[in-house]
Amino acid sequence: MANVFFNLLIFPGFLFVVVLGMAAEYVDRKFCAKLQNRVGPPWYQPFADLVKLVAKENIIPEEADAGIFKLMPIIAVTSIITAFFYIPLWQMKALFSFYGDLIVVIYLLTIPTLAIFLGGWYSRSVFSRIGATRAMTQFFAYEIPLFLSILAPAMLADSWSLSEITVFYSKHLWLSLLNSAGFAIALVALLGKLEKVPFDIPEAETEIVAGTFTEYSGRLLAFFRIAIDIELVVGSSLLAAVFLPFGLNLSFMPGFVLYLVKVLFIVALLSLLRTIFARLRIDQMINFCWKYVAPVAFFQLIVDLVVKGIIKQ
Amino acid sequence: MGRYDFKVPVGPQHPALKEPESFLLTMHGEKIAGMTVRLGYNHRGIEKACEAQTYIRDVYLIERVCGICSHSHATCFVQAVEEIAALEVPKRAIYIRTLIAELERIHSHLLWLGVAGHEIGFDTLLMYTWRDREVVMDVLAMLTGNRVNYGMNTIGGVRRDITAEQIPQVLKAVDTLEERTKYYIQVATEETTIIKRLSGVGMLSYDDAVKLGAVGPTARASGVDRDTRRDDPYAAYGELTFKVITDKHCDVYGRTVVRLGELMESYKMIRQLLANLPDGPVTVKAPRKIPAGEAFSRYEAPRGEDVHYVKANGTDKPERVKVRAPTLANVQVVAHMLKDGYLADMPIVVAAIDPCFSCTDRMVSVEDDYHSGKNIMTWPALRSAGIDWYRKRGIDFSDLNRRLRVPEN
Amino acid sequence: MIKPGKMMIQVLQSLFKKPATTLYPFVKTEMPDKFRGKLKYYPERCIGCMLCVKDCPSDAIVIKKIGEKKFQAEINLARCISCGQCVDSCPKKALESTKEFELAKLSREQLKVVFSEESCSGSEAKT
Repeated sequence: MANVFFNLLIFPGFLFVVVLGMAAEYVDRKFCAKLQNRVGPPWYQPFADLVKLVAKENIIPEEADAGIFKLMPIIAVTSIITAFFYIPLWQMKALFSFYGDLIVVIYLLTIPTLAIFLGGWYSRSVFSRIGATRAMTQFFAYEIPLFLSILAPAMLADSWSLSEITVFYSKHLWLSLLNSAGFAIALVALLGKLEKVPFDIPEAETEIVAGTFTEYSGRLLAFFRIAIDIELVVGSSLLAAVFLPFGLNLSFMPGFVLYLVKVLFIVALLSLLRTIFARLRIDQMINFCWKYVAPVAFFQLIVDLVVKGIIKQ
Repeated sequence: MGRYDFKVPVGPQHPALKEPESFLLTMHGEKIAGMTVRLGYNHRGIEKACEAQTYIRDVYLIERVCGICSHSHATCFVQAVEEIAALEVPKRAIYIRTLIAELERIHSHLLWLGVAGHEIGFDTLLMYTWRDREVVMDVLAMLTGNRVNYGMNTIGGVRRDITAEQIPQVLKAVDTLEERTKYYIQVATEETTIIKRLSGVGMLSYDDAVKLGAVGPTARASGVDRDTRRDDPYAAYGELTFKVITDKHCDVYGRTVVRLGELMESYKMIRQLLANLPDGPVTVKAPRKIPAGEAFSRYEAPRGEDVHYVKANGTDKPERVKVRAPTLANVQVVAHMLKDGYLADMPIVVAAIDPCFSCTDRMVSVEDDYHSGKNIMTWPALRSAGIDWYRKRGIDFSDLNRRLRVPEN
Repeated sequence: MIKPGKMMIQVLQSLFKKPATTLYPFVKTEMPDKFRGKLKYYPERCIGCMLCVKDCPSDAIVIKKIGEKKFQAEINLARCISCGQCVDSCPKKALESTKEFELAKLSREQLKVVFSEESCSGSEAKT
């Protein structure tokens, strides 16, 4: 019993995931700065930002719906931490796993977007509402490719549980090379989910001030920021578990280090994509996703189905 | 206004604008249905202040109208005053003025590239162009003694000379910048996301540009072939060979191409200037009291055509100074360009005219809603409206008026 | 040829270059010669013609007579715009621009500097 509490709250639970989220944000910002030929923030910057935000006052606009306004950051943080427990990290089995937890993880990943939408909508300010509508519109564009690119390897492994998928791929490592197209699509879709350039349209600073977060301040904004950091870690861990399933049967210390390397590698890739593109307009983004990204995801699904048929024989 | 229309206030404070100006957009979903522009947030009363200072002090005041086009305003003013006083400015001074003018144009266009990159979310371009801008600012600091607001002009010439050791450093800086600009031209013409964001946005046809009076790169991107440096040569431009860059795209992409082309032309002009720099004095003694007369002087600032009018009356203070900045001519086209556009295009369209609202706000006209039947408030009417407003709230200024011996009306 | 990610090569090359930022204030920057920073006044050369006072655009300098042919200058650094017009106007070269630009102080009174014979580098005003 005490073991479960330790796992849930400290390691690899709440405290560990928050610290890893801050480390991932630091790597993202420092790498982006080095690519832009400048110095970048020191290692304690994300922690300092959170401490500063928590120390500030919560200002709730008069016209906003106070209940939903205060509830949404908490829902965002709790749902994304819950998703973390079902992803296999450095062993082949996640902390809690059951048959069908792949679908649960993907649905839990959509709840922060919904929380951002509702929080922005009920702020009742013009900029938040525009940001919230854009977040929902963008959601329809990237969710299908993301789902399909995770689904294709699952079809090949013939299971709906993330832990069993990693067990399958650890045994047949060469099959995961077939999923490379899916990896690329998942990276692009992850850029959309995490709202990073070129898809950071809901939070476009120069167009709509801060988008959905315009009216948030103080502790509530700190919670939203933590939720975004943890979303980065959860998304990277999910991609590492599904597409980079090697070295999962090492002992604890090397396995842990390898896991950190995988996650930070994916974070660095996302950083690189962030620096070389400009922001797209919302209609151009939907065009792009449905014309180029979704067909490749379908193609990956078909490839995996065909290979599965060949293996069965 | 339909049922789904709402108003988005862009400004006076907004991350997209570098200076305060109010654009009130009426939105229909993501499309812009209408726009109201209100200017005047940066009005500082500079034209009136010029009348209370001597000419030599006014040079510095006019220079501080704007930070990025400061040399343009100072040169334009000094040219007008020199025309009234019929001063013969030495050739070396004219060449040095033109050199600083072209260096300022480089500085301004590199700044614009960075700002445009930031408005479309491309922060890497911002960091890179502003890093290269430091090269130009260091050269200007070495030549003039300051990084912005150069203070190079005085009535009758320039204040400092260029030594022979400084010339190779300027040429080296120009070589570095030319290589970087060629890279930026490649990026602007080949990067997919930039082309997607900049093409087809902010369309302004040739006829509209001429009718609405657009100036500078905004008009030249629609094919309007006007450049004050070639049409009405001032300073040393009559002796330089350069091309006027125009483009047929009529949108923000065209304006980018025009500005990048102008950067390349500026490098060529600087090399010509430094190769043919004449010898001689750099200033001629100017009288403190300028004889009566008036003059009109034009200048091609980085943003377009800058016009100054100076009227002198024989004393050492001017009678009237009027400044018409290029952004005032261009801001009227913004409403036209944004019709049926998207909200996401608004920052880049406003940034594409290279707005400098500090230059623009020279005059504020107050509409008279207080006394009905008149359009523009006169000065006594404004004063009496203010006194009445405070009197209604219980504050009476009659004691102050008595002490200052101001007539009550 | 239009392709996405045109800046990728330059951006990756920047990883191996030194950052372009100067780590001021740990690394001091040196301004070029003839940079117009804080003013310096030589009381022994001043003849009290007041041309600098007449030409200063922001009325930052005040010359006071403190004795027979002895003058002292009070410069308000908060008003000085470092244009250097006083340096140009002075017929006896009694004013000079130095390269010092770190002039921040904690109160407005500390920014009024007096140059007289006792303190050639400028001390704070006594009022």
